[in-house]
Amino acid sequence: MTGLQNRMGQTWDGSVMKAIAPGLFTDEAEPRLIGGKDRETGRIVFPCPSAATYEPVPLSREGTLWSFTVQRYRPKTPPYAGPDAFAPWVVAYVELPGEVIVEAPLYGAPFEEVKIGMPVRFVPAPLNPEDADSAFVPAFQPIGDAA
Amino acid sequence: MSDVCIVGVGIHPFGRTDGLSGLDQGVFAVRQALADAGIDWPQVQFAYGASEAAGNPDTMVDRLGLTGMQFINVRNGCAAGGSALFSAQMAIKSGEFEIGLAVGFDKHPRGAFNALPAEYNLPDWYGEVGQMVTTQFFAAKIMRYMSMFGISQETLGKVAEKAFRNGAHAPHAWRRDPVALEDILAAPLVSDPYTKYMFCSPAEGGVALILASEKKARELGKPLIRLKAATMRTRPPSSFEVFAPSIDVLADDTKPRGTASRIASADAFRLAGIGPGDIDVAQLQDTEAGAEIMHMAENGFCADGEQEKWLAEGHTEIGGALPVNTDGGCLACGEPIGASGLRQVYENVVQLRGDGAGRQVPGAPRTAYSHVYGAPGVSAVTILER
Repeated sequence: MTGLQNRMGQTWDGSVMKAIAPGLFTDEAEPRLIGGKDRETGRIVFPCPSAATYEPVPLSREGTLWSFTVQRYRPKTPPYAGPDAFAPWVVAYVELPGEVIVEAPLYGAPFEEVKIGMPVRFVPAPLNPEDADSAFVPAFQPIGDAA
Repeated sequence: MSDVCIVGVGIHPFGRTDGLSGLDQGVFAVRQALADAGIDWPQVQFAYGASEAAGNPDTMVDRLGLTGMQFINVRNGCAAGGSALFSAQMAIKSGEFEIGLAVGFDKHPRGAFNALPAEYNLPDWYGEVGQMVTTQFFAAKIMRYMSMFGISQETLGKVAEKAFRNGAHAPHAWRRDPVALEDILAAPLVSDPYTKYMFCSPAEGGVALILASEKKARELGKPLIRLKAATMRTRPPSSFEVFAPSIDVLADDTKPRGTASRIASADAFRLAGIGPGDIDVAQLQDTEAGAEIMHMAENGFCADGEQEKWLAEGHTEIGGALPVNTDGGCLACGEPIGASGLRQVYENVVQLRGDGAGRQVPGAPRTAYSHVYGAPGVSAVTILER
């Protein structure tokens, strides 16, 4: 089975690629975000807290854009660890239906086409697209690929 | 119970003052407030001091006099100034003290605030991917609000235009040149939908307020500016806050969510025994133009979506039905975190005394409202009455 390709045409492969932190998404060919489900209340948060009161649960791959902005200047380093050569990106809040709204970059959509309510899909992407060894970060891209 | 009164105010101009530390600016403000109250430093029985990035406020006793007085430092994010003021009024209400000081100052480096994830109990990767950025939250919050309640980008521009116009008349403001609406709208975007004129900048400044029991205030012979309410509150469930990697889903997400501001505001009105319609002038947190818009509704002054009409009809102008941010707010003054909330109260005292000159609200206002909001979901409100 072929996984979903990110904006670089890459498919996630946990045997050769590294995530920016452990426990953020599953190691499937088509990874899913890992949320934390409160064992008492059922409330889901992201990322999954280390406390034993939260159960790690894989989240839906698809959701809709809840809100967004465009990050148009390079954030300060530290803590930002992205490339020195700055390119603006869409900061998205994505509603995974019935689960949780998560914050992540939305790649592969022209800024003027980004609209609240648009369907998007989870596809990890490298933080630095120019670096073959870049860590992968949780990210989304439009469904019906505009890229 | 008798009221706590504000009997002296002082401010060091906001903006950038090379060569003066944040503490220097705080001391400057305290000396001005003492002179305004007509008292000397040894008469000040206690102080609460707020600073986020400019050192421990209590070190100013070195400069003002080693009287052995009680001095407590407050660090509470953007609500630090409000928390200092809240604590000072409680110290007087309790009967423990008769007269004291709430002071706030700060001096931030240029550029956006540079928060680190660990300070907010967030994992390092959240900062590494570039999400430890306050402007993203503010932009995403107004983006959704605009789509839900039909607020236009032009209305955001009008808020900024008003801020710079008002700031031109406030000697303590940083940005004192009016900017045309078309220039505000045509400026480069920082975080959509905000252009560079629609965000405030971290800055420097200091504010000092002398508080006294009503009895003491009468002895000093000052006009009585009563602190009818001072509240500080944290966030409710399912709110959307700065630095939120995730937000709760709601079965019905068509209404605005609860916020710390809504709670602090409702409690302040309850304590003061008046409602939003009774307020004559308001200073609302305007970290960015949209914050003023959303905070108008969160503080109960209008319904969600009414802001479009309010701005079009000039309701929040100096001469309008509810003047908002009469000194240009954070947009014109910048935001030194420790001092920002106290600046709003300073401006309200100026307005209630009728000392606002070119920015004075007409009709001798009797009630004034102030509101701050900040990370990670804190808010502080005051209501003054003369």
